[in-house]
Amino acid sequence: MTRRLPTLAKYAALLVAAVLTLGPVWWTFTTSLRPAAESFSLPPSFFPTSPDFSSYTAVFEQIAVPLLVLNSALVTGVIAIGQMITAAMAGYVFARMEFRGKNLLFAIVLSTMMVPVQVTIVPVFMIIRGMGLSDTLLALILPAIPTAFGTFLMRQYFLGLPLELGEAAALDGASPWRTFFSVYAPLALSGMAIVGVLAFNYHWNEFFRPLIFMISEQNYTLPLGLVTLQGNLGTGSISIVLAGVILSMVPAVVVFLFGQRYLREGLTAGSSK
Amino acid sequence: MTADRDSALLRWLFLAPTMLGIGVFVVVPILGSLLLAFFRWDIISSPQFVGLSNFAEIATDRTVAVSFLNTAVFVVFAVAAQLAVAMLLAVLVQSQMPNWLRVFFRSTFFFPLVLSAASVSILMKYLFNESYGVVNWMLSLVGIPAVPWLTSTQWAMVVVIAVYVWQNFGFSFLLFIGGLSAIPTEVYEAGAIDGATGWRRFRQLTLPLVSPTVLVASVMAIISALQVFDQPYVLTRGGPGDSTRTVVMVIYESAFRQLEFGRASAIGLVLMVLIMLVTALQFRLARRFVFYQ
Repeated sequence: MTRRLPTLAKYAALLVAAVLTLGPVWWTFTTSLRPAAESFSLPPSFFPTSPDFSSYTAVFEQIAVPLLVLNSALVTGVIAIGQMITAAMAGYVFARMEFRGKNLLFAIVLSTMMVPVQVTIVPVFMIIRGMGLSDTLLALILPAIPTAFGTFLMRQYFLGLPLELGEAAALDGASPWRTFFSVYAPLALSGMAIVGVLAFNYHWNEFFRPLIFMISEQNYTLPLGLVTLQGNLGTGSISIVLAGVILSMVPAVVVFLFGQRYLREGLTAGSSK
Repeated sequence: MTADRDSALLRWLFLAPTMLGIGVFVVVPILGSLLLAFFRWDIISSPQFVGLSNFAEIATDRTVAVSFLNTAVFVVFAVAAQLAVAMLLAVLVQSQMPNWLRVFFRSTFFFPLVLSAASVSILMKYLFNESYGVVNWMLSLVGIPAVPWLTSTQWAMVVVIAVYVWQNFGFSFLLFIGGLSAIPTEVYEAGAIDGATGWRRFRQLTLPLVSPTVLVASVMAIISALQVFDQPYVLTRGGPGDSTRTVVMVIYESAFRQLEFGRASAIGLVLMVLIMLVTALQFRLARRFVFYQ
């Protein structure tokens, strides 16, 4: 389209932007491969000539990496699966069933989408305490499963599936349960994947709620563990901290590589109501 | 009829987890926050009704005032930069180029979105370190003396904004890519006949046509910028002094450091009202500037 834009200037601008975007992550990677004692040396190492993996073993000694990964994976996994299932169920009802009070209920769901997490955090903290779940992983999991955005997304998804399928199934004598489980649910799997990928991306990286809800270190999630590691080591040896940062990025990068389409669709879905 | 009873049962069973969950973890907490804002409570002793004094206190508290001011400065500059960078790159990426290059650039600019703000802030903290950071090393190559990025009151907010924009421009970028690719090519062909090129074409054709997307992108960018926490918390802990202390940081500190839960709720409510006002204002302004086809 913009043939008249000077080509050289265009590519130069894009290249600079790409270097500024990828540069910091690349530097993190190459510095994590430097021996800890050299991590401050300038000039920085942009190309690892003799990679040294000792920082990666050190990060396992400094913080309980397996435990952090396990906690993060457990929290993120249960939330993602929980959101996929509950959002699909509620979205289906809002899309396909008629009953009194439906519009009111859906309006409530939509309006809670706008409420920032910081406004509800104090009462949620107390409710969690009241349930006796303080300082457990369930404190992070339970409040994150009901999802207004996911419900909205799944409703849109079901609205896009042909009505005739359900009608045909009903004519054949299928019960409402069967219509859902064997006709609609299988067709909604990619919608559910969007909900799951979004939930994964958000909760794997989440910092604010774990910082507040998790008190003992054995319940820390990865981002919290890394910030603590940085605090403990201070400016001691940055290669070790950066090795941890790189490790924490691996699952996000895997999702980015293989689930990018779902992520893109989900992130932009909210804007095209 | 049993089919009717079946579908009523399915309806309520399917809605129950979501509705119950939203009720317990969102609706009740909002009401709780509303109530709590009129109490003084440290979670240990019993809550004390104090009327409007939490609100009176936050209206006169210097730290709270500074945090709102900081947040305002942050939102204005971060959102402006985020939208400008995203729009420029989206227009460039959507221009004529080989498809593999387009895919490469699109994925690259979207990549920081999948990282955690905490991790990004940790690595940026090292990059901006005054004595051994790469940023100052690069500046030294062109003869610029070391800048105390995170330890001086005038630069700390600049870094917080830069780090936030670095991570978040990809979101606006994605929205703009969607908006731009929806513009029919005939519009540009017609514009070319009238001699609309370069900047004039962007101003007079592209911008009006993507204005609905710009509205959505700016609403979303402002809402999330108003809630900024991770970056200032990890980069500066709000310092030096109060120079990067944001509203959400003050909510966090009031509640979970000073155990002033009523006060924290009151500030949270003010923030929520602010978010609603800004959003309403934007849609009002939009009626004048946004062009719907």
